[in-house]
Parts: sequence; structure tokens; C-alpha cells
Amino acid sequence: MTTLTEAPPAAPEPTATKARSRRKLTPYWLLLPGILWLLVFFALPMVYQASTSVQTGSLEAGYKVTWHFATYWNAIAEYWPQFLTSILYAGLATLFCLLLGYPLAYLIAFRAGRWRGLVLILVIAPFFTSFLIRTLAWKTILADGGPVVGVLNSLHILDVTSWLGMTEGDRVLATPLAVVCGLTYNFLPFMVLPLYTSLERIDPRLHEAAGDLYAKPATTFRRVTFPLSMPGVVSGTLLTFIPASGDYVNAQLLGSTSEKMIGNVIQSQFLTVLDYPTAAALSFILMAAILLMVTFYIRKSGTEDLV
Amino acid sequence: MTDDTTRGDVRLSGIGKTYGAFTAVHPLDLTIPEGSFFALLGASGCGKTTTLRMIAGLEEPTSGTVHLGEQDVTALPPYKRPVNTVFQSYALFPHLDIHENVAFGLRRRGIKSVKKQVAEMLDLVQLGDKAKHKPHQLSGGQQQRVAVARALINHPRVLLLDEPLGALDLKLRRQMQLELKRIQTEVGITFVHVTHDQEEAMTMADQVAVMNAGRVEQLGAPADLYENPRTTFVANFLGSSNLIEAEIAASSGDTLALRAGDGKLSLPAARCSAPTGTGEKVLVGIRPEKISLAHADDAGEIPDGRNRLTGRVTAASFIGVSTQYVIDSPVCEGLEVYVQNVERDGRLAPGAEVVLHWNPEHTFGLDAAQAIDAGVEKVETDSGEGAGA
Repeated sequence: MTTLTEAPPAAPEPTATKARSRRKLTPYWLLLPGILWLLVFFALPMVYQASTSVQTGSLEAGYKVTWHFATYWNAIAEYWPQFLTSILYAGLATLFCLLLGYPLAYLIAFRAGRWRGLVLILVIAPFFTSFLIRTLAWKTILADGGPVVGVLNSLHILDVTSWLGMTEGDRVLATPLAVVCGLTYNFLPFMVLPLYTSLERIDPRLHEAAGDLYAKPATTFRRVTFPLSMPGVVSGTLLTFIPASGDYVNAQLLGSTSEKMIGNVIQSQFLTVLDYPTAAALSFILMAAILLMVTFYIRKSGTEDLV
Repeated sequence: MTDDTTRGDVRLSGIGKTYGAFTAVHPLDLTIPEGSFFALLGASGCGKTTTLRMIAGLEEPTSGTVHLGEQDVTALPPYKRPVNTVFQSYALFPHLDIHENVAFGLRRRGIKSVKKQVAEMLDLVQLGDKAKHKPHQLSGGQQQRVAVARALINHPRVLLLDEPLGALDLKLRRQMQLELKRIQTEVGITFVHVTHDQEEAMTMADQVAVMNAGRVEQLGAPADLYENPRTTFVANFLGSSNLIEAEIAASSGDTLALRAGDGKLSLPAARCSAPTGTGEKVLVGIRPEKISLAHADDAGEIPDGRNRLTGRVTAASFIGVSTQYVIDSPVCEGLEVYVQNVERDGRLAPGAEVVLHWNPEHTFGLDAAQAIDAGVEKVETDSGEGAGA
């Protein structure tokens, strides 16, 4: 105990010690709800899934943990094309989100002036409708013989995309392009918001300083603005890529059977085929793949000291 | 740029800037001589920074032209002007180290081998050992020197400094003033320095333009501005002045005889910027340190030919090298007098009757049509009526 030089020792010692130890515990009490939540809804299901993935058996006979790791190898051997498809579609969607989102975020951060708040609300506005409804709307937008397909066709854009294998003939719906479009649309706000936050933090005087030091506007962007917005680029791409690669709604509603992503496989294994071990193993493989890619990406982009 | 040998003055002709209905800078003409250290001095919002930014090209003038030597640069974007700026907040690039910050301008102009130049420049500002540091690892004073180095390495025709010392504490500011002055003498580039600190402007600059409400009030060398202010704003903003309302009683040759209440003062006609006709009202100015004090009992010892006023000491504050007195005179209340503490007269305490006297040559005359308290710094009270700033 520290000595109290001025105030007389009003409280007897045991009470003071008790009060102090209670104060020490306060942070843990505050943490408790969160920890409990994570334990029940994250840690336990993870353990449960991990055990499921190494079980064998059947629905009728019941499942037993037999440390059957072959499920993993079989899952990879059978479903690697869907893994690749997922990464390809999620990657393309992330790229398109970046290409669409960066100019938008730049505009909001530097040029929107008093319209800034309104434009930001417009970016978030689609969230007020259900994810499912929004994705279904794309079915109408991309419908065969609809105006969008008509315009794309007459501009010969469909020739290019179909040469790239993204569309077939004069259809857009039920092709990879439709799935990528849906993913791009649904995850765009997750790209725009972090980009906006990091762009908005840049001191506009840095732009002036670059101009003052003989940098043309394009050079200013390349040398100053873009490097300084890297934290936003990294978090935006992660927030887009990670959920997009596990998504199954877009592929289900806008794609055909040949556009299955790994999310669709996991979903059907769990809910239709009822092969729980394979579904669990696929989930873990996806998680590991994403963790690996993200780690590599963050290392590569060298933003540790920027964030 | 470096290969351009036609150097010259900065000439602003009729340059002005308005934002909607607000006029930040009234059209002004200003010539900044080549190689000089030029200060734009004024309170915040007086248009000095806007003027500087128009020279840099960061602000587009509403009217007028900017010439660098013979070249009209009014329409050139900042990146095409042979001018560099030291920003108020330094605006160092946080993602680049000190070396790359300093090399930025050289690289943009396609210069490949920058190593030697950057090292020399960092030595000039005594930061040779900090090349690999990031800006946030340096102190305010060091960042400030990096900002100067980053601008100077490009050998601009003009270096623009926007309140470069504003963020530093007093001691460091004094040190950096000398440092900047040293660098300017060493490189011989024209420096245009924007500041609200009159002491800073006077210590560093060869020429000072005092700005107020979007206009240049007066232009001149620091000593000239201090000794011969031509407006009440300059008289009050640069140091402090006692301004006494008076009327011209008679003029004889080079001297004006003035009447201020019961008192008679004289003023050299050449030092009066107001109309000098008999009966005209003028403001008589005298700097506090030019006035001598004598106790009323010693009034007979004051030599003839000096301006004199009687009064009573209302406050005396001892500040080491000098004592500052506030004296109420029947002619004017609240006169300030600074007396060097060489031989202190113990009788000069609050309540004492005194005679103020000074050499008429030190008196100046200003147009009485102006606000008498323009440019007075209102630090102690904020109940002033908003004159000046």
C-alpha cells in the first residue's frame, strides 16, 4: 500500500485492498460478455466443425471421430475447380470494386464539398434493402433480350467477354460475368468506405506541396495520394475479397451450374447431400487458403507502418 | 529553373483576390527585389497568405499579373513555376524518408543522381544524419528545416515561406530566425516570408510590407517602418506608439507647431504624413522608449527645445532592463513610457507628478481621420471594438 501523507487513514486496510482488487478486475468484467459471445458462437462451432471434418459414418449409423484426414484430400481433389473459380470471381470482383470505388471515394473525399454527406449516404443506401432482393434485381437487369444485354451486344462488348469465356453467345445471365457483376455490386460499399476514410485523412496541403515541387497532377497521384491511401486499399480489398470468395448467393441466383463457387458446394454438401465431414473440411480449406493469401498480400503491400 | 539565367525581381501588378463578396486581397502592386529577404507582415486574415499563394500558383488571382523577372507566370500551374514553398505545417510527405522528401523536387524534374545534392542540402540545414528517418520521427524544428531543404534544393528563383516558424516554441523560433537568415545570406535566393510576428519580420527581413484588411499599409526597411510609420495601423502594429490628438497651430519652415490641449508640441514637417495646413487635426506619435521622464520638481533642468507634457504616473512595472510607466496626462490618458534602468529615480512611483520630454525630431504626425487604435494588439482585454486585426 502506498502511504497517504495528507488524508488520515479513514478506511481500514482490508476494505481498501478489496476495493482495489475489485477495480483491477473491472476490465475483465467488461470483457466478459464479448468473450462469452465469441466462445459460444465462434470457438465452440469451430471446434465442432473441426471434429466433424475428421469423422466418418453415415446419417443412419451416426458419425464417429476417426481422424479420417483423407476427407480433406478427397475434397481438394474433387472440388479444386470450384476453389479456383471462387478465387477468380472474388479476385475479379475485388478488382472491379477497386476500379469503380477508388474514383468514387476520391471524389467524395476531395471534390464533393457540401454534397459529401449525401453521396456517402447514397453509397450505403443499398444496405437498406435485403441482400437477396438486390441480387434478384440483377436478374431483371441482365435478363436475356433486356436493354443492358442489347447495349452490350451492339457495342460488341459481348464478343470480347465471350472470347474471354466470361459470357456465352448473347447471354449475360447464367454466365461468369453475371456472377462477377453481382459480387462487384454487392461488395462495392465495403471497398468505398475504407478507401474514403483513408483518402479523407490525407492533408490536402500534401497535394499542394507535391505540385509546388514540380509534380504534375498525375505524378502527385502516383507518388503521394495513392501511396498514402494504401491502408484503405488494403482494408478495402480484404473486406471485399474475403466475403466474396465464400459467397454463394450471387453464383446461385445469377450463375448456372457451371459457375458454382466453393460457397455453393459447401452449402449443398451441408444442406442437400448431408455429407457433413466433406462440408466441414471444405470450410476449413477455404479458411486456410484465405488466411494464407491475406498474410502474403499484407506482407507484399508493405503497409505495416502505414496502418 | 537551374538552367535559366534570366533571374529577376518578383513583380505583382494589380493582383487581387475575391471570394464571392469577400475581398481577401485588394488589387496591389508590389515589387520584391531579387535576392532580398522580404516579409509580408500582418494579423491573421489580412491577405498576406493569399498573396503568397498567388505567387506560388496555389491560388488563382481574380485580377492582375505575377511576373518573375521578365516572365509572366500568372497562368502557370504551380508545378511549372520556378518557385518553392515552405508550408506552415511543413507538409512533409509522411510515407517518404527525409532523403526522399528532399529529393522529391529533383526527381520530378528528371534528375537521376540526387544523392550528392541531397546530402549537401541536409548538411546545410544540419540534418545530415537524419536522412533515413521518417518525418514523424523528427522534432518540429527539424521538420521545419527539412521543409526548407526540400524547397531550397530546387534552387528556386523565389522561396516562399508561409509562417514557417509559427508552430515552434519561442526559443526555437529565435534560433530558427537566425538560421533562416544565415541560409538566405548563404544561398542568395529571394525569400518571401509571411508572418504575423512583427519582431520576426523586423529581425529577418530587409524589406517589410505591412498588410491590413487586404491592403499594403506601408512598405519599407524595418527601421524605416518603425521610425516613420505613416498610418496608425503601422504605428501600433509594429511595436507600440503613443498617439496624441493635436491641431496644427502654425507652420514655420520645416517645423510645425502643434497645440494639444494646453500643451505645445513641435513636429518636423517632413515627418508628418497628414495635411499640414494651419488648423488641421493630426495625430502626434511618439515611441515609448524615446520619451524621458523627469519628476515635476526637476522640471527646470529639462533643456529647452524639447517637446514636453505633464502628467501623473498611474502604473510602473519593472521588467529588468527597463521600467514601463503608464502616465495620464491632461492631454492624453494612458501614455506609455519605457525608461532604461540606468539610474532609477525612486520618486517615479505611481501617483508622482512628472514631466515627459523628448526630442521633437522623434515625433511623427499621422492623419487624424484614421482609427486611433488600429493595429493595437488586444491581448489583455477582448472587449475592444475590433479595430486593427
